[in-house]
Amino acid sequence: MDGVEHVFERMVHDHQDRLYALGYALTGNRHDAEEVAQDTLLRAYRALVRYPPERVRELKQRAWLHRIAVNVARNRYRRPGPRMVELNGSEQDAAPGPETRALQRIELDGVAAALACLPERYREAVVLRCVQDLSYAEAAEVLGQPVGTVKSNVHRGLRILRGENNERFDS
Amino acid sequence: MSVSTADLKRLGEVKAPAGLAQRVLAGAGLADEYARFDTVIGAVFVAWNRSGVSAAARSNSAHEFEEYFRAEVGRRPLRAGTPSPEMAQRITDELSGKRTLRFDLRGLTEFEQAVLHKAREIPYGQVRPYSWVAREIGHPSAVRAVGTALANNPIPYFIPCHRVVRADGVIGNYGGGGPEAKKAILTLEGVRVQWLADLARAGVRYQGVKTTGVYCYPTCHHGRRALERNVVLLHDAEEAKAAGFRPCKSCRPMAA
Ligand SMILES: [Zn+2]
Repeated sequence: MDGVEHVFERMVHDHQDRLYALGYALTGNRHDAEEVAQDTLLRAYRALVRYPPERVRELKQRAWLHRIAVNVARNRYRRPGPRMVELNGSEQDAAPGPETRALQRIELDGVAAALACLPERYREAVVLRCVQDLSYAEAAEVLGQPVGTVKSNVHRGLRILRGENNERFDS
Repeated sequence: MSVSTADLKRLGEVKAPAGLAQRVLAGAGLADEYARFDTVIGAVFVAWNRSGVSAAARSNSAHEFEEYFRAEVGRRPLRAGTPSPEMAQRITDELSGKRTLRFDLRGLTEFEQAVLHKAREIPYGQVRPYSWVAREIGHPSAVRAVGTALANNPIPYFIPCHRVVRADGVIGNYGGGGPEAKKAILTLEGVRVQWLADLARAGVRYQGVKTTGVYCYPTCHHGRRALERNVVLLHDAEEAKAAGFRPCKSCRPMAA
């Protein structure tokens, strides 16, 4: 048991920033981002304590955590009701990270808001590949989709983000 | 707006807010959380983790408690957002004599743990001498070390070190707030502190009950219903034995 606890403590420190970024990019706001990161890690812990030691040892942590986080985030943005999108960094942040210089914050919030406008399938593909820097193979594994599908979703998503596409959002 | 892949990359470089890791670890029970609880003995700060309660103190402020905790336990506690009603209930229960809490004594030596576990066996409203704890844990000559371990109890009030007193009637040291605090808590539990001290000063250690032939520590509930005329005051085990009394199996005034 002690082993799992140490694995988990390391996991939290190694992946908290990545998971927060993932939550931010997928949900479009910092508040949800924090909860996505927190829920993901707690779910991971509950799973880890049930896994046999060799499964814990062989775990591909990055892909595994991203898969959990995508599910956690989906539960949030698929929830009925209005979605929160960060507006020009107006929300107060109790514990600012190093990226908080106001201008940078506003820019990042703009990027997150733009992502939030993408249809879900494009957004998830773009976020995993371009924000989280996963390989296509990893992103495909996380999403449970063929690599080709992920590739084409990334390309379509990017075209929309660049303003090169008038495609209607029909997802 | 037009978003480039460089923008996306920068979004991926945001840092998690400070405290997130700590909140996750506390949520998993791997870090200590604490809260302030209003109890019969006043406001008490209590810290806990997955293994159980790890510290308690009647600090004047959250800051003071955090300092105490860091010095005592060596970890950084996190203030609980909303202390669970279940925790509050357990704390109330524990202070009224029901044993529902678990404790995390990991940082302590085996000897210290044995002392504290033994102290916890002393029922609500009763007291035992330091020598009793020493004997019960199999180190009859380590009375002083028992005193030290109890004085350094990281979880006073809940691990009832206040129920261990000096055989000579002096109330003795108390890490939970000095002799006066110790007296106050024992009084709250219904212990007649002055009566005990008077007995001890007169050299009385035990009480025998003629009708049952059993002798006890004065606060043992075993003989509490005995009529006064049936109670014999005893100075030591020899005297008890000579008068035909056998030691109580519940409070164990003698080694079994
Ligand atoms: Zn007894």
